[in-house]
Amino acid sequence: MTTTTAVRARGLGKVFPSAGGEVIALTDVELDIAAGEFVSLIGPSGCGKSTLLRLIADLDSATSGELTLAGKTARQARLDQDYGIAFQQAGLLPWRTVAANIALPLELHRWTRARRDARVAELADLVGLTDFVGRYPDQLSGGMQQRVAIARALAASPRLLLMDEPFGALDEMTRERLQSELARIAAETGATVVFVTHSIPEAVFLSDRVVVMSPRPGRITDVIDTRPGRARDDLLRESPEYFARVTAVREALHGAPLHRANER
Amino acid sequence: MTAARLPGWVRLLAPLVVGLAGLAAWYGFVASGSAPRMLPDPFAVADEFVARFGLIAEAAGITGTNALVGLVAGSLLAILLAALAATWRPVDGMTAPLVAALAVVPIVALTPIFNTMFGASSQFGRQAVAGIAAFVPVFVNTLRGLRQTRPVQRDLFRSTAATGGQTFLRLTLPTALPHLVTGVRVAASLAVISALVAEYFGGPADGIGTAIATYAKSGRASLAWAFVGGGIVIGLAFFLVTSLLERLVTRRLGAGRAPS
Repeated sequence: MTTTTAVRARGLGKVFPSAGGEVIALTDVELDIAAGEFVSLIGPSGCGKSTLLRLIADLDSATSGELTLAGKTARQARLDQDYGIAFQQAGLLPWRTVAANIALPLELHRWTRARRDARVAELADLVGLTDFVGRYPDQLSGGMQQRVAIARALAASPRLLLMDEPFGALDEMTRERLQSELARIAAETGATVVFVTHSIPEAVFLSDRVVVMSPRPGRITDVIDTRPGRARDDLLRESPEYFARVTAVREALHGAPLHRANER
Repeated sequence: MTAARLPGWVRLLAPLVVGLAGLAAWYGFVASGSAPRMLPDPFAVADEFVARFGLIAEAAGITGTNALVGLVAGSLLAILLAALAATWRPVDGMTAPLVAALAVVPIVALTPIFNTMFGASSQFGRQAVAGIAAFVPVFVNTLRGLRQTRPVQRDLFRSTAATGGQTFLRLTLPTALPHLVTGVRVAASLAVISALVAEYFGGPADGIGTAIATYAKSGRASLAWAFVGGGIVIGLAFFLVTSLLERLVTRRLGAGRAPS
C-alpha cells in the first residue's frame, strides 16, 4: 500500500565527486516510514543523515536506488509541496515580519491575502508567537526564530515534515521546551516527521523509531523502536523506560560496552 | 557626564560655529592683504553668487543634467550586466576583466577624445564620461549584493518549489538592493565630478566647469568662485538624494540586521 508509506527508499545511494576521488555519502539505504510516524535519523558527522534528508527533500538527487514519497518521486513531491522543511538555521528573511515570514510559502503558491492571514494567525497560535507576528527576526531570540521557521514549514499543512537539526543551535532549556512543543504539534497535525539530530535524548524523546547511521560510507546500521507507552511530556524524560531506550540507542551508536574492548 | 550624547542644540550649533569660524578666518586672511589675487573675500563671492544666480543656475542645470544622465545610464547598464554576470558564469568571466580595465582607466582622460568624436556641440561625451565613472561602483556593489543570499535561504526557496522569478523578486533582489544603492551613492559623486571636470577639456561652451575655467583664466576671481559654489550645490544635491535613498532602502530591507 503506497498510500500508507510516507517515505520509501530502496538501495538509495549518493556519491559526491571530489578532488581526491569519489566520496560515498550514503550507500544502500533501505527505509520505510509509515504515514504519521515520527522517525529520527541519528549518527556522527559524515554518516549521511543530512544527505538522506536532502535527498527526500529533493535538494540533492540520488546517484543510485529509488526513493518515493507517498508513491511520488521526490521531485514531484517537492513541486507539489507535499512536505515542509526546517533547517538548523532558521533562515528567515530579515526584511519580513514574523507573519510575512510564516506566510512566505503560501505567498509563493498564490494563496489569497485573506486565506493567508487566517492561516498565519492559526500557525502563530500553534507555535505560541501570536504576540510577535509584527516583529522582525532580529528582534527575536534564537528559539523564537526557530519557532517561526517551524510555523513556516507547517504553513501549507504538509503531510510530511522534514527537519534538519532544527534545535541544534539552541540552549538546552529552550531545546527541551521546543521538543515538547514539536511532539504536541506532530500529534495534533498527524504529520509524518523525519527528524535529523545528533542528540540521543532528543531522538528518543520525540521518535517512534530511531534510525542509527554510521559514516564511511554513510549507511543505516540499526533501527530502534522508541515509541513510548505514554504521553510525550516532561514525566517521560524521567521515566525508566526512557532511560532504557536512550541506552539502547547509545549502544547502537557506539557499540555495547562489552564489545568495546574487542573493537580495536 | 560623558561626551557621548550632546544636547540637540549643541549638535546643531557646533558645525555652524566651525563654518562661521572658517569664513571669519578666510575674511581675515583676505583683509590682511597677504592673500593671492585669485582669492577674493567670501562676501564678494556671495555677492557674485546672488547677482549672477540665473547664470549659475543655468550652468548648474546643464552640468547636473549631464551627471544625472550619466549616473542613470551607467547604473542601469551596470545593474543589467551584474545581473547577467550573477546568473551566468561565462558572462562573469567576460565582464570581470572589462570592469577591472574600466576601474583603472583615468576616465576623464578619455574626454578630449570623446569631445572630438561626438562633436563640439554635443553633451554626449560628458554624459558618457559620467556614465563610465558611475558604472564601476554600481556594477561591483550590485554583483556582490546578488551573491549575498545564504545557502539555507536558497534551499528554502527551492524546497518551496519557488520559480526563478519568485526567488529573484523575494530573495535575491531584496538581498542585493542595499548593496546596489550604496553603489549608486558612491557613483553619484563620481558622476558629478566627472561631468564637471569633463567640461575643462572642450565641448560645448556651457556648464559649471566651462564657466569656472573661463572666469579663472580671465581673472574674474569672485565669479569663478561663485560658479564653484554652484558645483558644490550640485554635488550636495546628488549626495543628499542618494544618501536618503540608501537610508530608506537599508531601513526597509534591514541590511544591518543580524542574519537569522
